[in-house]
This record gives sequence, C-alpha cells and structure tokens, in this order.
Amino acid sequence: MRPVVEIRNLTKSYRRGGEIVPVLQDLTFDIADGDFVALMGPSGSGKSTLLNLIAGIDKPDGGTLLVGGIDITVLSEAELADWRARNVGFIFQFYNLMPVLTAFENIELPLLLTGLSGSERKEHVEAALAMVGLTDRMEHYPSQLSGGQQQRVAIARAIITDPTILVADEPTGDLDRASAEDILALMDRLNTELEKTIIMVTHDPYAARRARAIRHLEKGVLTRGQEKT
Amino acid sequence: MGVREAAFMHGLKLILRNALRHKLRTALTVVGLLVAVLAYGLLQTVVDAWYAGAQAASNARLVTRNAISLVFSLPVSYEARIRGVDGVTRVARSSWFGGIYQEPKNFFPQFAISDNYLDLYPEFVLPESQRQAYLRDRKGCLVGRQLANQFGFKVGDVLPIRGTIYPGTWEFVIRGIFDGADSTKVTRLMLFHWDYLNESVKKTAARRAEQVGVYIVGISDPENAASISRAIDAVFKNSLAETLTETEQAFQLGFVAMSNEIIAAIRIVSYVVILIIMAVMANTMAMSARERTTEYATLKALGFGPGFITLLIFGESVAICVVGGGLGLLATPPAAAMFKTLTGGVFPIFEVSPLTLGLQAACAVTVGIMAAVVPAFRASSVRIVEGLRAIG
Ligand SMILES: Nc1ncnc2c1ncn2[C@@H]1O[C@H](COP(=O)(O)OP(=O)(O)OP(=O)(O)O)[C@@H](O)[C@H]1O
Ligand SMILES: [Mg+2]
Repeated sequence: MRPVVEIRNLTKSYRRGGEIVPVLQDLTFDIADGDFVALMGPSGSGKSTLLNLIAGIDKPDGGTLLVGGIDITVLSEAELADWRARNVGFIFQFYNLMPVLTAFENIELPLLLTGLSGSERKEHVEAALAMVGLTDRMEHYPSQLSGGQQQRVAIARAIITDPTILVADEPTGDLDRASAEDILALMDRLNTELEKTIIMVTHDPYAARRARAIRHLEKGVLTRGQEKT
Repeated sequence: MGVREAAFMHGLKLILRNALRHKLRTALTVVGLLVAVLAYGLLQTVVDAWYAGAQAASNARLVTRNAISLVFSLPVSYEARIRGVDGVTRVARSSWFGGIYQEPKNFFPQFAISDNYLDLYPEFVLPESQRQAYLRDRKGCLVGRQLANQFGFKVGDVLPIRGTIYPGTWEFVIRGIFDGADSTKVTRLMLFHWDYLNESVKKTAARRAEQVGVYIVGISDPENAASISRAIDAVFKNSLAETLTETEQAFQLGFVAMSNEIIAAIRIVSYVVILIIMAVMANTMAMSARERTTEYATLKALGFGPGFITLLIFGESVAICVVGGGLGLLATPPAAAMFKTLTGGVFPIFEVSPLTLGLQAACAVTVGIMAAVVPAFRASSVRIVEGLRAIG
C-alpha cells in the first residue's frame, strides 16, 4: 500500500538577522498508513519544524511533501486551510482549547467547517466524548478540567473529522506521569482500534516507546530509523 | 444549515463570550463609550440650541439697523419714512437695554419697544386685560413665561434693572406675562415702553434721545422680502445713517455668527471626544487580540480562514460599541433635560434632535469598526507557526 506521508528532498531554513539557518536538509522518508511514529532528537534539531510542514501549517523551501497522495507544497493558503480541516488532527503540548467554549463546543469546532447538521454534529461529538471518557464533563470549560482531561478534549477535537493523519507535538510535555500515561494509552487505542496514523514529537523516551517506530532527527538530518519489534 | 451559517452562528457565540471574558475591562470600556457618546450628543445639542433661536425667527419680518454696526442706532424720524415704502405694513421700534437683574449671571434680554411691537409678534400671546394694563402704565413691562418661571415673577411685581448702557437703576412694574404660541418659541425676555426710556434719556443725556436700536418691519408678502429690504435701504442711501435691512432670520443668524468661533470649538471638542474613545477602544481591542494570538492561530490551524478571525474581532469591537453607544444614546435625552434645568433657561430650546441621535449611533459604530481594523488585520494575517509559538 502507498505510504500516507511521502517526503522527498525536503529542505527548510529560517532567516535570523541576515543569516540563513538551515533547519531541515534534504530529508527523504515515508510514513506508512496506520503507523504510529515518534520523532525524537535534541532540542533545536527541527522536530517541530518537520511536524508543522507535514501538518500543512508551514511551507518548505524545497522538495515535495505528499500526504494522502496530495502534494501539499503547491497548495494556496486557502486550499491548505481546507485541506487541513479535512485531513489533519492537531494535538498540542498546551492543548490549545478555546477557553470560552465548553468541552462539547471545543470538540464541535472543526465540524462547523464540514456542513454536517446540528444533530449530526451532536452525534459525532458525543461519540468522541465517549471515546475519550469525558461524557460527564462535556459542559465543563477548559479551566474546570485537569491538564490530562483538557488533552483528552483536544484529542477528541483532533479525531472528530476523521482526519488522514494526527500530529502531536509533545502531547505529554505538560503532564504528570499518570496523566501522560493516560494520554499515551488513549493514543495507542486511536492507532490500534481506529487505525489512525499518528506522528508524535517527543523528548520522552518512555512516551516514544509507545510508538511503533522511532525516528531520530539531528541537525535536520534523520540519523537512524528504528522499527520496534 | 450550511457551512457558513454554522460557523457564523458559532462565531456570534464566540464574540459574545470573548466580549464578556474580562468583565471589568469590558465594563470600563462600555462606561467610557457611554460617557463619550453622551458628551458628544450634549455638545451637538448645545450647538443646535444656539441656532434654534434663529430658526424660530420669522421671514415675514424685516429688521432695519444701522449699516455700520448694531452698536449704532437710527433716528426715530426714520419710522415714518420706512412706513412709506411699498409693501411695508407696520414698523415697530426696538432698543436693546442691556440691563442687569440682581447679578450679571442672571442675564436676559430687555427691549424698549413701541406699543405696536406686539402686533408684529403673534407668537407672543398676552391676555387683552394685561395688555391694556401695560399700555396704561408708563413704567409697566411685560415678561415672557420662561423668564417668569425662572425667577418666579408675578404680575404686579416690581422689577429693578440696573442699566449698563443707560445709567441708574430702573424700576419696572410687571403688567403682563406672555406665552409662546408653541413650545419652540423663546419667551425668556422682557419688554417695556420705548417712550419711557426716551423721556428719561431726554432729561439725562439729550444727545442719545430720539434714537431707535432697530426697526422691526412687517411686510405684506415674505416673497418680496429682498426687494422691500433694498427699497428701504435705498431711502437712506447717502444719508448720515445708512441702513441695512434683512429678514429677521438673517439678522438672527448674523447675530449667532458672531459666536461662530465658539460654536466651531464646541463642534471640534465633540469630535475630539469621539477620537479619544476610538483610541481607547482600539487599544482595548489590540490588547485583547494580542492575548488571544494563540487561539486565533489554533483556529487557523483547524482550517478556519482569516475571514472568520476578522469577523470575531470586528464583531466583538462593534458589539461593545453598540452596547456602550446605545446606553449613551438612551442617557442623552434625560441628561439633556437635566442640563436644561441646571443651566436655568440659558437654552430655552434644548432638545436632542433625531439627527444628533443618528450621529451618536453612527459615531459608536464607526468607533467599533475603526478600533478593530488594525487588530483584525494583525490577527488574521499572523502566520500559524508564529501564532502558536506566542503561547505564554
Ligand atoms: N520562526 C523561526 N525563526 C527563526 N528560527 C526558527 C524559527 N522556528 C524555528 N527556528 C529554529 O529552527 C530550529 C529548529 O526548531 P524546532 O522548533 O523545529 O526545533 P525542535 O526540534 O522542535 O526543538 P524543541 O525540542 O526544543 O522543541 C531551531 O534552531 C530554531 O531556533
Ligand atoms: Mg519543538
């Protein structure tokens, strides 16, 4: 089967002052459909940059990047926004929920761009709430939830549109060990039960062990790929 | 429900909740808007009140004055010659007395008039018995209802007026109180016998006797006001005191125009108030939008376009301004009524016009829109990765 993410000769650099700082250099690799990949590497190695490119919220300087067979490097801003709404689920380190919306409303947000009816949206949100085990908290605002619960709301929001890929940048970076364990178990279920393709950036080797594959990035270059047994 | 409608409805919900997020900040902004819109409305109403007197003036009456300046008077002998001009029906004398009642801040106009003066002013309604009593009493005077109400004057009261142009303290007996024919008529004035003034002056300063401030000229047809005016002025061309005749309305406007600088200053201040609140509002919106950078970036990452972000910020700004401005609008008529009472009849006509209310509403909405332009542009055009980094 064709890989869900195909990265070919991807380069990205930033301009800092008058200086050009290369971040990703001629990167080439694939991510298989249904995979759960952990991206590791030292701070500043370009993990977040790579994830942002795959998620279509940043543009590379060169190379091609196909997700689900579509070259997203050639899409316009508006096309990219549409594409993200349908194909990418985001999980952030700091959850990034709307503080003025309840758990239910936060999860419903991406569905507003799909054209589903109100009752259809409700059905979907309730299923997602059940999946993350927060049915009894759906009327709560983010400030009334623990960090782990907020991240579960964020995960429900990420899967609500049934996207092609899930991207997670340090999803457990702000959580204590027990909550992190919960979130990792949940992501594991998304991968095994719902067959979601997940790309996760993490510093934490313990978290990385939950993934099926670990990729190491160092100074913008993949040093070793490690398939788990 | 389509995609756009669903997003729009939820957008409204977000706008409302965002506006209520910092309750104190929003409340203070609303109060600021209320005060600004109210101040703007009152200042506009002051300007209106200033012109109201002139607008109430008639086109069916002409005023003939000394061509050089209002300060100079005209000989009483002109009266008969003006009456001789075609189209003139009546000629009345009116001299500005300029006296002080008790203290200068009690200022109100006093005119020494000829007995036929009231025939030219049907808008002043006086009971016939009082009119007769006035005509019988050499020292009698008439006061308008607004003036009588302000100082509690009654018929029979003695009214002492200290002269400024004509020295000494003059004592008049109130013989009648006239009403305005309708609520727009200004009746905050006092009238007394020109003959009495003239006789007194004759004794003390004979050179200033037999003089009239202005002639009020009744005409048969207002359509001919211009030609009759020219005819009157032609009569006195090349005489010692040339005349300038114009409609009463033009005369009043000319009078008001002397205060044009003050009016312009009031107008400018009213818009400065709006500019200040616009700056305050823009600052509030910029602050809110900056705090929410991560949220806007997140929405964009989820697939919401820059238009949605723009809607959120404009919506919030306009909503706050509509509430603040609306309250200011509602507060204006009662505040105007209070202002009218407090200023003790300096502005007998002090009513908030529909135009003023409309301008207030327009100002409030404009403030809302202008305040949101920069924050909305910034927030909607922020690069997602930068916005997500902005997290605190
Ligand atoms: N907007 C930017 N402007 C300039 N330089 C940037 C920008 N974004 C990232 N960089 C630089 O690119 C490099 C890679 O950054 P990136 O955030 O991808 O690293 P990372 O591997 O995710 O690090 P961390 O583990 O600390 O999150 C760093 O040197 C960073 O300073
Ligand atoms: Mg990073």
